[in-house]
Amino acid sequence: MTLIIDHSRERPGAARQSGGPVSAAERQRAKQRAGGLYKKRVPIYPKLVHGPWRWLKWALLVAMLGIYYVTPWIRWERPGALPDQAVLVDFDGGRFYFFAIQLWPQEVYFITGLLVLAALALFLTTALFGRLWCGYACPQTVWTDLYIYVERMFEGDRNARMRLDAAPMSFNKAWRKTGKHLVWIGIAFGTGGAWIFYFHDAPTLIRTFWTGAAPMTAYVSCLLLTGTTYLFAGHMREQVCTYMCPWPRIQGAMLDDQSFQVTYRYDRGEPRGAHKKSESWDGRGDCIDCRACVVACPMGIDIRDGPQLECINCGLCIDACDDIMVKVGRPKGLIAYDTDAAVAARARGETPKHRLIRPRTAYYAVALTLVSGLMVWGFLGRKELDVHALRDRNPAMVQLSDGSVRNGYTLKIANRGFEPARVAVDFSGVEGARLHSPGKPAGEPLSFEVEPNRVTPVRVFVTVPYEQVGEGQQDAAFEVRAGDERQVVATAFAFGERR
Amino acid sequence: MSEPHRDEHSGVETTGHEWDGIRELDNPLPRWWLWVWYASIAFSIVYWVLMPAWPGISGYTRGVLGQSDRADVAADLRDLQALRGEREARLVNASLEEIEHDPDLQAHALAVGQSVFGDNCASCHGVGGAGARGYPNLRDDVWLWGGTLQDIEHTIRVGVRAGHEDTRTSMMPAFGRDRMLDARQISDLTEYVVALSGREATAAAVGRAAQLYADNCAACHAPNGTGMQEMGAPNLTDREWLYGSDRASISGQIHNGRNGVMPTWEGRFTPGVIKALAVYIHANAGGGDEGATATAP
Repeated sequence: MTLIIDHSRERPGAARQSGGPVSAAERQRAKQRAGGLYKKRVPIYPKLVHGPWRWLKWALLVAMLGIYYVTPWIRWERPGALPDQAVLVDFDGGRFYFFAIQLWPQEVYFITGLLVLAALALFLTTALFGRLWCGYACPQTVWTDLYIYVERMFEGDRNARMRLDAAPMSFNKAWRKTGKHLVWIGIAFGTGGAWIFYFHDAPTLIRTFWTGAAPMTAYVSCLLLTGTTYLFAGHMREQVCTYMCPWPRIQGAMLDDQSFQVTYRYDRGEPRGAHKKSESWDGRGDCIDCRACVVACPMGIDIRDGPQLECINCGLCIDACDDIMVKVGRPKGLIAYDTDAAVAARARGETPKHRLIRPRTAYYAVALTLVSGLMVWGFLGRKELDVHALRDRNPAMVQLSDGSVRNGYTLKIANRGFEPARVAVDFSGVEGARLHSPGKPAGEPLSFEVEPNRVTPVRVFVTVPYEQVGEGQQDAAFEVRAGDERQVVATAFAFGERR
Repeated sequence: MSEPHRDEHSGVETTGHEWDGIRELDNPLPRWWLWVWYASIAFSIVYWVLMPAWPGISGYTRGVLGQSDRADVAADLRDLQALRGEREARLVNASLEEIEHDPDLQAHALAVGQSVFGDNCASCHGVGGAGARGYPNLRDDVWLWGGTLQDIEHTIRVGVRAGHEDTRTSMMPAFGRDRMLDARQISDLTEYVVALSGREATAAAVGRAAQLYADNCAACHAPNGTGMQEMGAPNLTDREWLYGSDRASISGQIHNGRNGVMPTWEGRFTPGVIKALAVYIHANAGGGDEGATATAP
């Protein structure tokens, strides 16, 4: 990716270039002067902006928080003693319920598939439109936005907050700060509190939670999430994205100069500078250096420095800048979702061309389609009855007194349905094989009553008469029938050494 | 110390280390990182006070919470005993057949049986119970002392040639070693036994041994060779041989008359465990009672 960024302003660090040898102790002292070995967080006071992106962010915030809080309370009728909660991760029962879908622990690969799909969707979105996830959908962003909203309610907008922080302690400052933190902790508790409803029956848990009868995991999870929410959204904020989260680094690799990102169009903005109403716009850029984009940024960066690791692509600087552009009577879109290539093209006086279909977006789209197809295929191929045959390994075979050879099997019959099933079992592949199961009358066809919604293991012995005994091992199969459903479960029959 | 190197792009000093031209920026750590470190130190001090921590000459600091893994294990074991007591009672009160036909109780019995078998029986009978030469196979349909649930339970309880007063006992004489039969007679008898199990044998020797068999063996192994379960006398007509089926093994057994020993488990296992073990062995042997009584195939 070629970045053409106007470095008209030197970065502050570069100005500190020193000449001549410096001792280690002196370097140490220099560091101490500059703030020690550890970097103090520079507080960020994002200013409230108004505009379409801000509105989109509010709308998404309400929608996503709504989904998060409401989902556990949706009911869904299921037969028998099964939980009636639409979305439930039931660790005690070993089931995951999602409306009409019920997943068993053995099918956790569907969850893996969903995670792979989520990752691929993220890759594709990022390659096309930049870090939209970070800017709009990531819980860290959503909750931080909510927390800043609360902060604004108590302490006012940017300038008021800065004044309040600089002011000495007073009753006014004390109640505003206390109120803010109390509301924050309340929201944090609500977050942690809602989380645990996904793992237990919500109407029951909301009662038992207060009577002390809820499981310990519920209290611990609630406490942990309350703590992390308060800490991450209230105090750590952009540091979580910049220092702790791996996604900014990974997503950086997805981007190229054709990805739409929040971009300062330096071709239009430079050379920047203050502008008086009477002055002409000829021979200068549209950027009046008002820093509206900088003060609006929740990450504390200057978008005019070009694409940066810290930028979460939230578009708040677009709204801030558009506001100013309208006021000074210039067209909107000095900062906009645009590609580096387009800006560079305009800087060269060419007409920019956007290419949505590129090798990387094609790869991601193909991978996304393949994995989705695989998931759908796997899901449609799900059988209500799933049978596995485990052959005894020790001993692999038993010779009986009349010289016949017997193998023992454990059939694990998983009935994923909600009705009991009668399962008939037959054996094929070895001539003359007789089936028998402990507790079942000998000589009759084998069948088992299988309870719903659980795995029933049954022991089956297969005996081959002396005359049919072969050598080594032979491929064989169990035929399992339930109603009109028929399954063939491959296995083997061991004869052992000829005696 | 050499002259500090400054990264051109960011203006940040590097650490002075270089790997194939790649240098490491010497950025300050974020402050919260330092706080996490302080918090860990504070946590460890609290931990030392609350929990066992420092070793001493004759012991260790116990911590004010009185946490002890040993006591926890003891408590867990007590809980387990209590839990088992309830299950044990269910096993004791149910008959062997009831255990086998109650899926829940059977599953419990099988689990207990498997664990007890692995710890106590597997050393002779094998982990899978398939036995070895001289150690009976518990998976097949041949039972010296009977293969019904009751027979198996009884054998486990009293043992074979063991110290129990009701122990199962029988004795195969050492016909050769004790000079009751001479070498030629043993050779003839071997041919006779081979013939009994349906294999080809020297007709002359079989003819000579008929009277020898009637005089010395038929009392226990029955005149037709099918054995006698109440005496623990093996069936000689089937294809299962505890001490080997070839002529050398058979003549060796007539000569030396080996008698295996199985301990009594009555004093070592609770009655419930013995029942569980019987159900486990019975289930693994096929769970039926075919061949449980010695009859000719």
